[in-house]
Amino acid sequence: MYEAVIGLEVHVHLKTKTKAFCGCSTEFGQEPNSQVCPVCLGFPGCLPVLNKVALDYAIKVALSLNCKVQEYTKFDRKNYFYPDLPKNYQISQYDLPISRDGFLNIDLDDKTKRIGITRVHLEEDAGKLIHQQDRSLVDFNRTGIPLLEIVSEPDINSPQEAHEYLTTLKSIIEYLDVSDCDMEKGSLRCDANISIREKGARELGVKTELKNMNSFKAVKEALDFEIGRQTELLNKGKPVVQETRLWDVRELKTVSMRAKEEAQDYRYFPEPDLPPFIINEDKIEEIKKTIPELPQGKMSRFIKDYGLSRYDAKILVFAKNNADYAEDCIKAYPNKDKKPIVNWLIGPLLSEAKNRNCSISELKIPGGKQELLKLVEFTQAGKISHLMAKSVLNESIDSGTPSLTIIQDKNLFQISDSGSLDNIVEEVIKENAKSIADYKAGKSNALMFMVGQVMRKTNGRANPKVIGEILKRRLNEAQTYGTK
Amino acid sequence: MELYKLTAHELIERIDKKETNSEEIIGFLEKRIKDVEFKVKAYVRLSNSCFSNLTHNSQNLTPNTQHLRPILKGIPISIKDNICTEGYNTECCSKILEGFKPPYDATVIRKLKQAGALIFAAKTNMDEFAFGSSTENSCYGPTHNPWDLDAVVGGSSGGSAAAVVSDEAIVALGSDTGGSIRQPASFCGVVGLKPTYGRVSRYGLIAFASSLDQIGPITKDVRDSAILMNVISGYDSFDSTSVNVDVPDYAKSLGMDIKGLKISVPKEYFIEGLDKEVKTIVEEAINKLKDLGANYKSVSLPHTQYAIPVYYIVATAEASSNLARFDGVQYGFRARCAKSNLIDMYKKTRGEGFGQEAKRRIILGAFALSHGYYDAYYLRALKVRTLIKQDFDKVFREFDCVVTPTSPTAAFKIGEKIKDPLKMYLSDIYTISANLAGIPAISIPCGFTKKGLPVGLQILAKPFNEELLFKVAYAYEQNTPWHSMKPKI
Repeated sequence: MYEAVIGLEVHVHLKTKTKAFCGCSTEFGQEPNSQVCPVCLGFPGCLPVLNKVALDYAIKVALSLNCKVQEYTKFDRKNYFYPDLPKNYQISQYDLPISRDGFLNIDLDDKTKRIGITRVHLEEDAGKLIHQQDRSLVDFNRTGIPLLEIVSEPDINSPQEAHEYLTTLKSIIEYLDVSDCDMEKGSLRCDANISIREKGARELGVKTELKNMNSFKAVKEALDFEIGRQTELLNKGKPVVQETRLWDVRELKTVSMRAKEEAQDYRYFPEPDLPPFIINEDKIEEIKKTIPELPQGKMSRFIKDYGLSRYDAKILVFAKNNADYAEDCIKAYPNKDKKPIVNWLIGPLLSEAKNRNCSISELKIPGGKQELLKLVEFTQAGKISHLMAKSVLNESIDSGTPSLTIIQDKNLFQISDSGSLDNIVEEVIKENAKSIADYKAGKSNALMFMVGQVMRKTNGRANPKVIGEILKRRLNEAQTYGTK
Repeated sequence: MELYKLTAHELIERIDKKETNSEEIIGFLEKRIKDVEFKVKAYVRLSNSCFSNLTHNSQNLTPNTQHLRPILKGIPISIKDNICTEGYNTECCSKILEGFKPPYDATVIRKLKQAGALIFAAKTNMDEFAFGSSTENSCYGPTHNPWDLDAVVGGSSGGSAAAVVSDEAIVALGSDTGGSIRQPASFCGVVGLKPTYGRVSRYGLIAFASSLDQIGPITKDVRDSAILMNVISGYDSFDSTSVNVDVPDYAKSLGMDIKGLKISVPKEYFIEGLDKEVKTIVEEAINKLKDLGANYKSVSLPHTQYAIPVYYIVATAEASSNLARFDGVQYGFRARCAKSNLIDMYKKTRGEGFGQEAKRRIILGAFALSHGYYDAYYLRALKVRTLIKQDFDKVFREFDCVVTPTSPTAAFKIGEKIKDPLKMYLSDIYTISANLAGIPAISIPCGFTKKGLPVGLQILAKPFNEELLFKVAYAYEQNTPWHSMKPKI
C-alpha cells in the first residue's frame, strides 16, 4: 500500500497599487506594455526600489500563517535567461527569506490536520508570453508585480487534503485583503511536488513536479492522476523519473515536460542593488494590529457562540464579506436557536449570491437585513411557504420592492387553515379519480401529485403539509366509509 | 584667450563678469576638438550636430529659480559612454548596445542639467562596459594619450581623462569600479575622484559591478572637482544604495592648511612591481606634503595582496549578472540568426555583440557563482573583502588619510599589455582596495617621468570624508606646478 507525499508551492499576486520595485501600476487587464517603465523593463542603468507595502503585506501573511518573521532579511538574484524576464534575473529571496517555519490547519471531516509551511517570501513576477505561429510576443505589464511565494512542507497526503489546503490558504489571504487569489486572472498559481512511498516508510520516493494546473479542481485531478500513474509504475517494478509534468486539462492526464536531469543552476547571490532589511518588533506589532479575526478563529467562535454545526460554520466563514454579514444577521435574529437564519444564509442567500456573481453582503435586498429577518420570521411562523419565500426574495432583489410589500400586494400568505382548503381539496379529489385509485393501489407519488394540484389551484400559497394531511384524512375517510 | 584652456571655475567667473558666454565657449571647444581630436580620439560618435545641439541648449537654459543651483551656468560637460543621457546614444562602447538611446536621464545628468550644465551629445571613449585599464577594449578602438600618442590613456574612463587634459573638454564625468577614474587621471595628468560608495547616485549608470561602481568627476584641477561634487552628490530615492548623508559645500575645504595632518603610507604598496621612477616621484610628493605641515608614518594594510583576487571574483560575478540583460530581445544589437530560435538568438547576439574582455569576465563571474563553486570563491571573496575594509577602518582610527601611488607605472604603450589580461589586471593594484572598502579616493598629478609621462598621487580617506581629500589635494596642487602643465598636441 502506498501513501502520497505532497508539497504545494503557491504564488500569490499582492494587490499593491504599484509594482514590487518601481512605481508602475499593477492593474490587471490593461493594454499590453502600457504599465511599464525603464526599471521593470530592465533597461540599462536602472535600479530597483522596494515597495514598502509589499513588504508589509508579506509580513501580514507570514504572521497569519504562524511563521517566524526574520529580523534580518535580504533579496537575492535568481539568474536565468528567458524573454519574459527582462533583466534575465529575477529579484527573489534565497537563504534569508522574510519568514519560515509556520503552519496552517485544514479541516478534514471532523478532525483538523496541521500542514507545515516551510517559508513565505517576496519576489517579482515575470512578464507574459504569447506564442503565435511564427513569432512570440511579450507583454511586460506583469513584470515586477510583487509575488508572495508560499511553500508547504510535504505534509499533505491526498488530493483532498491538497484541495482543503488551497481553499483554506485562499480564505486566509482574502481575509487579509492582500490579494484577489483568482486563479483565472493568474493572481494565484499553484505547483505541486508529489511522490509516493510504502505506507509507514520514512524515506521519500522520487518526486515529480506538476505544473499548469489552472484551478483548485485541476490540482486535485492532477494529483489524483499522478498518484495513479506513479502507483502503476511502482507496481510494475518501474522507477519513477524525476521530472516536471504538465497537467493536460483536455486529456485529463499529466504529460512529461522535460527530464530534470539536474536542477537548473540559478547562481543565486545577494542582490547588490538592495540593502538588507531589518524587521523589528515594533513593525511586527504594528502589522499584527491590522490582522482581522481569521477564518479558523471565526469558525470556532460561530460554533461556540451561536451553536452552529461545523459544516454550516465552515460554509459561512469561507468568504469574509459573507461571514461578517452572516454574523450580523445571526446576532440580530431574536431566537436562541439560530438554525433558521443559518439555513437561510447557507441556502437561498448563498444561491442568490452565486447566481448574481457577488457576495451575500453585496445582494441588494430592499430594506436590508431587517427586511430579510422579517421574511425569515414570517416563514418560520408558517405565514408563508418556504418555497414562496425564496421566490419572493428573488423578486425583491430584482424589482427593488421589499419582500413584505410583495407578499401583501400579491396576497401570497400561505393558506394553512383547513377551512379554506377543504373546498379546493374536494375539487381536486373529484377531478382526479385516477390518482385516488393509484393512491389506494399504494402508489405514494399519487399523493404528491394531488398536493401539487392543490398548490396549483392556490397559486402556491397553500401550505403543502396541511394539504397533505387533509388529503390523507379525506382519502382514508373515503376508504373507511367506502365512498367512491 | 583660448577659452578651452580654462577650468570651469575660471569660465564661470568670466561668465559672471559678462566677459564671455556659453556660445563663445562652445565655439572655442569646437575648434579645439576639430584641431586635435583626430590624434587623440577621446570621443565616440562625434558629429557636427553635437555642437549645434550644445548651442541650442545653451540658449534654452531655464532662468534662475530659487530651488535650482545654476552653479554650472552654461558650462559644457563631457560624459562617459556608460552614463545614460536621454535622447543621446549611450552604448558603453560596445557593439551589443549599438543604437541604444536611453528614454531617461541618469540622476547625475538630471542634477547637472538643473545646475545649468550643457550635456555634450558625443560621449567619451571607454573600455567596453568599463572592463579594462587602458581604453583599448573599446569597440571604437583606443584613445591616444595626449602626452605620448603611442601610449594608452588608462581605463576605463580613458576618453574622459584624455579629453580633459587635451582641453577637448572643460570638465568630464567618469565611472570607477576598480580605479577607472583614478588610473586614467594619473596616466593623463588630471584630477580624478572616486566618491564614497553611496555618495553619488548610480541610477542611470550602466552597471558593471553594483557594489563597487561610482560616478565621479575628471577635471583639470581640484576646485573643478569640488564644484562638480557639489552638484552630483546626494541621496537619490531611485538608488537604494545611495546614502542619506548631507552634502557639504566641498569648495569650503579648499584653501585650508594641512598642518598636523596625519598621513599613513602603506608599506604593502611600495614593493616590487612599483616602477622605480614612479616610486621616487611619489616619495617626493609625500615629502612635499610634509613640507606643508603634514606628518607621515608607515602603516600596514595586511590584506592588500588579496585585493586583486577578491576584486576579480566579486566584480566579475556581479558583472555576469548585470550583463545578462543584453540579449537582443528589447534594445541594442540582435544577431541575424539562421536557425531563428531563442537559444540561437541569445548565443549569436551575445557572441557577436560582446568583445573578448567582456566575454572573459562574464564567464569568469558565472563560474564563480556556479553551483559547487559559490562557497569557495564568491562567498569567500566577500569575507576577505570585509577584512580589507577593516584594514582601512583600523588605519583611519589613527590617521586622517592614506597616501599611495595611483598606479605602479606611468602610461604604457598601446598594445603592450592587451595580450596579457593578468598583467593588465595588475595595473589596478593600488586603486582596487578603495572600491572594495567603499571609501573615497582622489588621484592628482604629482610629477612626470623622464619620458614626460604624468604620475599620479592617490589620497584615500574614510567614508564620506571627501572634504579631507579636497583639503589635502588642493594644498598640494597649489604648491606645485603640475596642474598648469599641458601636453603639446
